[in-house]
Amino acid sequence: MNTFDLLAQGLLVAMQPMNLLYALIGVTLGTIVGVLPGIGPALTVALLLPVTYRLDPSGSLIMFAGIYYGGMYGGSTTSILLNTPGESASIVTALEGNKMARAGRGGPALATAAIGSFVAGLIATLLLAFLAPYVVAFAIKFSPADYFALMVLAFVTVSAAFGDSTLRGLTALMIGLTIGLIGLDQQTGQSRLTFGLRELTDGIEVTTLAVALFAVGEALSVAAAGKRAPDTIEAVKGSVWMTASDWKRSWKAWLRGTAIGFPIGAMPAGGAEIGTFLSYSTEKALTKHPEEFGKGAIEGVAGPEAANNASAAGTLVPLLTLGLPTSATAAIMLAGFQQFGLQPGPLLFTSNPQLVWGLIASLLVANFMLLVLNLPLVGLWVKLLTIPRPWLYAGILVFATLGTIGANPSPFELGALLVFGLLGYMLRRFGFPIAPVVVGLILGPMAETQLRRALQISRGDLTTLVASPISITLLTVALIALVLPIILRMRGRGQVLAQLASDED
Amino acid sequence: MRPFIYAAAIMAALSAPAVAADYSIIAPAAPGGGWDQTARAMQDALQTEKISSSVQVTNVPGAGGTIGLAQFVNDSSGNANALIVGGYVMVGAILTNNSPVTLKDVTPIARLTGEYEAIVVPADSEIKTLADLVAKLKADPGSVSWGGGSAGGTDQIATGLIAKALGVDPTKINYVAFSGGGEALAAILGGQVTAGISSTSEFESQVASGGLRLLAVSAPQRIEGVDAPTLKESGVDVEIQNWRMVAAAPGITAEQEAAINADIEKMVKSAKWQELLKTRGWADTYLAGDAFKAQLDKDIAATSTILKDIGLVQ
Repeated sequence: MNTFDLLAQGLLVAMQPMNLLYALIGVTLGTIVGVLPGIGPALTVALLLPVTYRLDPSGSLIMFAGIYYGGMYGGSTTSILLNTPGESASIVTALEGNKMARAGRGGPALATAAIGSFVAGLIATLLLAFLAPYVVAFAIKFSPADYFALMVLAFVTVSAAFGDSTLRGLTALMIGLTIGLIGLDQQTGQSRLTFGLRELTDGIEVTTLAVALFAVGEALSVAAAGKRAPDTIEAVKGSVWMTASDWKRSWKAWLRGTAIGFPIGAMPAGGAEIGTFLSYSTEKALTKHPEEFGKGAIEGVAGPEAANNASAAGTLVPLLTLGLPTSATAAIMLAGFQQFGLQPGPLLFTSNPQLVWGLIASLLVANFMLLVLNLPLVGLWVKLLTIPRPWLYAGILVFATLGTIGANPSPFELGALLVFGLLGYMLRRFGFPIAPVVVGLILGPMAETQLRRALQISRGDLTTLVASPISITLLTVALIALVLPIILRMRGRGQVLAQLASDED
Repeated sequence: MRPFIYAAAIMAALSAPAVAADYSIIAPAAPGGGWDQTARAMQDALQTEKISSSVQVTNVPGAGGTIGLAQFVNDSSGNANALIVGGYVMVGAILTNNSPVTLKDVTPIARLTGEYEAIVVPADSEIKTLADLVAKLKADPGSVSWGGGSAGGTDQIATGLIAKALGVDPTKINYVAFSGGGEALAAILGGQVTAGISSTSEFESQVASGGLRLLAVSAPQRIEGVDAPTLKESGVDVEIQNWRMVAAAPGITAEQEAAINADIEKMVKSAKWQELLKTRGWADTYLAGDAFKAQLDKDIAATSTILKDIGLVQ
């Protein structure tokens, strides 16, 4: 039987009324938990495992898939409207998305996120169905040295986006890298910068830092400015829907985001965040409207949102083909498979084709349901912004706090939220960009781990870093990305870049 | 607003009735890991077999379980309804993190499950047998890179024990830590490391499909259905299992301890638990009471020695 027949059969399984209902429950729950900062899809699936035991395997796996896709999508809503990323994969969305929301373009921002997620989810799920075995063969070829090259590329492209205020950008990045050092050293298990506090052994939670810097820091700076702050929030300006030009600027970003997110999601040590960073830098480099970046460019929402949904499908590639869970949610879905006595891995496609194809088909169905569920809500969501400012910021603070202790019920986490909130205020007060801090925290530990793994395997031989075609290619691209802006700047385009950098947060 | 309030909300949405808890179990790890799964399997079995009318699981992740352990000891002293799940990894974490709270501060109830370690190489590796690997290791310990789970965990301890058993300097072992068996598996399949070491189940499906070659397992005797010699019969005197246990709060009375022991024994013998073990691929290594406490002391002493030998603990 060829792939098309199998997929058609899978669609028949997924379209059964009961399975449709499970998919609906899944995407609804997923969207809700995605909206709440801190409560991720992983926890939700874990809580539902015992409940779904009574369902049949396809039904419950379909529901889990819905939660997974829903969670990825839901995180964007709070990023855009409240500048409070619900998941670490939607941090980048907040950069442009929230600026758009304040300029009265929250509707188009939410719409491009929803449609971009749909397009990316659709393409990525089809890629999963048709290319999974080939993608995985490529993904496991990635050695630690290649991962390190990928991280270098991410660092370079993201810091290039800091523009001319290199000193401030790098200072912010260093703060992030330092925060990233806190906790147990991955390779030796020794603790660093923990000052004897056991709460610090696992390092600083990315979502806590992001919510603190973005939401708490901003609430503080609004409060500090008092009546002097200009009232910049405008709920709706123009149409709530995307205009023809929005469509024109979004569709390429969706496709590029998918192309970046899917393979990186499929890599065992890739993760959704890197895809969003790279997508954002790509859009910023390719845009015809560079002056809008940092002020609410729609490409900056469309690309990363497509990338994070595509990477969600990418994560299922190693899970289904190798039995490799590469994210917390995937790990729990693996437990879900095992609960029904199924061992994901190379044999699953042949031993349980019905289930695998039912799952893939239901991802398509879930994806469609998300769009239907969320587009009509856009009009309702943007009304949030019409709430008077003191109430809105009070609400954001409550929301951020609840989410943080919900994810990690300890007074320490709450203290961390407030301390980093103050840091966020200071950074804003003295004109430092916020994003590099979060980027440093996410990329720093990953780059360090991969570099040290590479050197451990090669027993200290540095040439291992440029020993494979993959790493050579990635490092060359990184070098070009590093040198090109310098040349452009020397040829007098520095003004534009400087302006871009001035309000990057 | 602890996670279980959200849990309650979600459960209520799915019409699970809220009943007063008989047991509350702390899983000192994030959702998805082995301890979390053990706690949730216990929840399932205790409720299904009506040993307890309601069981709540709370995740307190962090620092190899020592954060959850500290919270458990502080909050639950004398509470006969409170349980915590833990395991061998916690023994190492307490030592490497210099945790002020140790397993001496809780009341160990029973070892529930265990998994033996498996040593694998990629199918296209020139290493065909354990003897080949041993020869390579003896000739140049650093030339064998081992991929396994996090630093100081069961996998790294096993490599240290193997080195010692072969008379190789344990500090020369080239161990590459990955965050969890999954990521290590990818590196082993991709040929990034010489050999892999982790729980048998992590490699099971890849061994079955021919992607990996299983060289040996760390069990005392051959495991049924697993086609590989033990380390011992291959002349490497090492036996180690990554076990998981359940413990009760400190300061409970002997009667309370006996009651919990009886409940756990009932659970372990139940059809539901046996079914769960089978579907998850966990071996039943149930050991309770004084026998377990003695084994625990032995494991702690041995782990402390080997971590010092490897150089992870001063």
